[in-house]
Amino acid sequence: MRRPHHLRMLGILLLLTLTLLLTGCSSELLDPKGQIGSEQRTLILTSFALMQIVVVPVIVMTLLFAWRYRGSNKDAAYHPEWAHNNWIEGIVWFIPCIIIIFLAGLTWYTSHSLDPHKSIADDPSEQMEIQAVSLDWKWLFIYPEQGIATVNEVAFPTDVPVRFRVSSGSVMNAFFIPTLGSQIYAMAGMDNDVHLIADQEGVYDGRSTNYSGAGFSGMTFDAIATSQAGFESWVEEVRQSDQTLDFPEGYNELAQPSEDHPVEYYSEVSSGMYEDIIKSFHTGRDDGEMHAGHGGTEDDHDDMPMSAEAAE
Amino acid sequence: MFGKLSIDAIPFHDPIIMVVAVAMALGGIALLGAITYFRKWKWLWTEWFTSVDHKKLGIMYFIVALVMLIRGFSDAIMMRTQLAMASAGAEGYLPPEHYDQIFTAHGVIMIFFVAMPMVIGLMNLVVPLQIGARDVAYPFLNNLSFWLFAAGAILVNISLVVGEFAKTGWLAYAPLSGIEYSPGVGVDYWIWALQISGIGTTLTGINFFVTILKMRTKGMTMFRMPIFTWTSLCANVLIIASFPILTATIALLTLDRYLGMHFFTNDFGGNMMMYVNLIWAWGHPEVYILILPAFGVFSEVIATFARKRLFGYNTMVWATVAITLLSFIVWLHHFFTMGAGANVNAFFGIMTMIIAIPTGVKVFNWLFTMFRGRLEFTSPVLWTLGFIITFTLGGMTGVMLAIPGANFVLHNSLFVIAHFHNVIIGGVLFGMLAGLTYWFPKAFGFTLNEKWGKRSFWCWLIGFYLAFMPLYVLSFFGAVRRMQSYETAEWQPWMLLAWVGAVIILFGILCTVIQFYVSIRDRKQNQDVTGDPWDARTLEWSTSSPAPFYNFAHLPDVGGIDSFWAQKQEGLKSVSEGPYQDIHMPRNTVAGPIISLFALIFGFALVWHIWWLAAVGAIGTFVSFLARVFNDDIDYYVPASEVERIEREHKERLEMQA
Repeated sequence: MRRPHHLRMLGILLLLTLTLLLTGCSSELLDPKGQIGSEQRTLILTSFALMQIVVVPVIVMTLLFAWRYRGSNKDAAYHPEWAHNNWIEGIVWFIPCIIIIFLAGLTWYTSHSLDPHKSIADDPSEQMEIQAVSLDWKWLFIYPEQGIATVNEVAFPTDVPVRFRVSSGSVMNAFFIPTLGSQIYAMAGMDNDVHLIADQEGVYDGRSTNYSGAGFSGMTFDAIATSQAGFESWVEEVRQSDQTLDFPEGYNELAQPSEDHPVEYYSEVSSGMYEDIIKSFHTGRDDGEMHAGHGGTEDDHDDMPMSAEAAE
Repeated sequence: MFGKLSIDAIPFHDPIIMVVAVAMALGGIALLGAITYFRKWKWLWTEWFTSVDHKKLGIMYFIVALVMLIRGFSDAIMMRTQLAMASAGAEGYLPPEHYDQIFTAHGVIMIFFVAMPMVIGLMNLVVPLQIGARDVAYPFLNNLSFWLFAAGAILVNISLVVGEFAKTGWLAYAPLSGIEYSPGVGVDYWIWALQISGIGTTLTGINFFVTILKMRTKGMTMFRMPIFTWTSLCANVLIIASFPILTATIALLTLDRYLGMHFFTNDFGGNMMMYVNLIWAWGHPEVYILILPAFGVFSEVIATFARKRLFGYNTMVWATVAITLLSFIVWLHHFFTMGAGANVNAFFGIMTMIIAIPTGVKVFNWLFTMFRGRLEFTSPVLWTLGFIITFTLGGMTGVMLAIPGANFVLHNSLFVIAHFHNVIIGGVLFGMLAGLTYWFPKAFGFTLNEKWGKRSFWCWLIGFYLAFMPLYVLSFFGAVRRMQSYETAEWQPWMLLAWVGAVIILFGILCTVIQFYVSIRDRKQNQDVTGDPWDARTLEWSTSSPAPFYNFAHLPDVGGIDSFWAQKQEGLKSVSEGPYQDIHMPRNTVAGPIISLFALIFGFALVWHIWWLAAVGAIGTFVSFLARVFNDDIDYYVPASEVERIEREHKERLEMQA
């Protein structure tokens, strides 16, 4: 009787952990504050529930069969040569196939609906653009429309779709605000993007998720989702700063490695800095000359040759 | 003269490393002293180091793997301790400089120097016996493979004390691993350890592929092969197809680092996305190289101890083949968040899920093997039951990760860590420990102690769930992998729980160590004279334990699946009778250890840019290889009288026991 008791204990342990997983309700991913994050929560819970159709029977059958057909149980049938049955083999191929077909449909649909590159604004003019550049080991946020920049703090109004354009001035990182949803890689010379929206005010944790060296753990930032008025006063506050950021001198100084970098505000940035940072990695390419012309305006990001999507 | 190497390369300032180094040195001196004291050097050299016997090589792979498991686990428990401490602004006891090396070393060691040698070691021990062969197709290459692997393992261990190891994560993503961002020698150690041992692995792949295709005994058609042999065949196909990608990728990274080229750098046309694609084009098949043979072990174990034929043999084979093919078209699921378009992500996501179908079928086949059987709860069976449940959960989280839309929030989080430990511990490690217990008597002639084996199982099982379920939970709170410290105080209780789990796993490892001690101590009581301690089904159990060096006095004739079982049912004798014939066998070789020693010197010299020494290593490798090529005296015949003597002794032992 001892071993089955252990097995039952194991079953209880498993159930407990599953319940724990499901009831972590106040967590970032299960209590999202934006449309993308909410859809992802639904997707995670749906796929989890769907797979229980196989997982639960497997666990039950494992414990049941092991117990029922234990060596000491002489009441149970014993058919040592029974090793094939078309019905059973048909069913064990059929059921996983059905579940995977359903999941595949879900995957196809959500891969498109949750495509990070897809705008979530009905009208692109409603969307706001923030440019995020990962540096060793901090985040630089540039607001092209407002002409300001910050380090390790980003703010945006709620209910406004935000297009984060994401690149790196150093190694690979990934830009992630768990409460809002999707992350995306930040890569030098690449112009990546992710579209997010917040529907509740709050200060959310943001961070790099892709290991990037010694200061990686401190590569966190505050993402402030606030009202339109709150956002405007925040912009005003940044504009009060006596620091400005120019390219390349000021930028190069900021790009020097530093750990646990404090929040910084820049009341003014060189225009087209984000594009300039990307182009600074395109030396030795055909477009190297364009970089020398220092043209970086909004217009030329369309013909930027190295968007991550184009290079896939 | 010594390139970049100077006395400063030894981290005297780091007390942790120094204590470990001193302990390792003392242990090493004690071991070498003991060998000298008991005058075992010659025996070691002639019987083991230069041996081409697949069974002895298998044992040596396993010994290195178990030693490296302890090293890799030390890294694990240091990480868990750091994360249990470094909460809410606390820095813990490991600075990033050290912590980053530890998680890199943990991954590299556990995959390349624990899981791989366990799998390859088990294939060595079992496959030739299962197909009724006397040895592998290329016995010398087999010895060389082992020593090249050992050279890689030694290089990793040297990096602990001389210099540093990589601080890049186990796959050394560019551009972080490039010379600009990792100017130290850590990445170079990583490069040369993997290149040298990788050549050994590739040779193993070729060797076993040819062995299984060409060396099967009479009547052993492909569809009569035991499932472990089938899964090994598929794993070796994967090795042959994927390891060259790894070698080429690392070679390109080497060119970047040593010759200033720009394959993967940020600028001058380098492309880090190419690196990530290439490394995973190897990396994903790699996980199936590890798990397929484990599936094979469970298939053998469950059929043997349920006293019943494996359910759905054909289905099992085709499921294995399907997984083998599919494993090459799913690599992109490791980086959905790189920014590929929706169609590409969806394709790779769906391909990944499709793998769940043949895997699910396998699980059901194991279940229906138990169904209407007579299951004996030996420790290999416990590992198998633990595997089925744990792996099913790991497979489920794997499918969740395969959905790009969900992956966008789960990627790089602790969810990924929990998932792959879920399948690698629950699948590969459980499988290898089950296989170790199951085939141990075939290698040594006595069974392992069951009581300590079961204790080890319960510790591993409970420890695993305690250590990794909290990581699933933490991932929902936004905790990511490779953090050295974190600000959120609420995470700490979960981290502490995970630490407790790691400690319980430590007890599991201790139980295994005690199990070995107790089993060796009581080897007389646990002796297996029959050669078939489990009343098993496949050919390896038809010869004596430990198997004679020529494996079978007469090569067996096979009439179906589980032919040994059928033979026993018909009451045929398993003992081979005379008359005996001369047996053609390969000679031992000194070339393997010597070539690998030069390869080790070559690797070490290149790590430190000691060019003259690198030249010595390269020339030495080449010349010793040439010497071997021109050596014609590589085989001999065991006279029939010698075979008769060995077989008679075995028979006498059998009669004495009866």
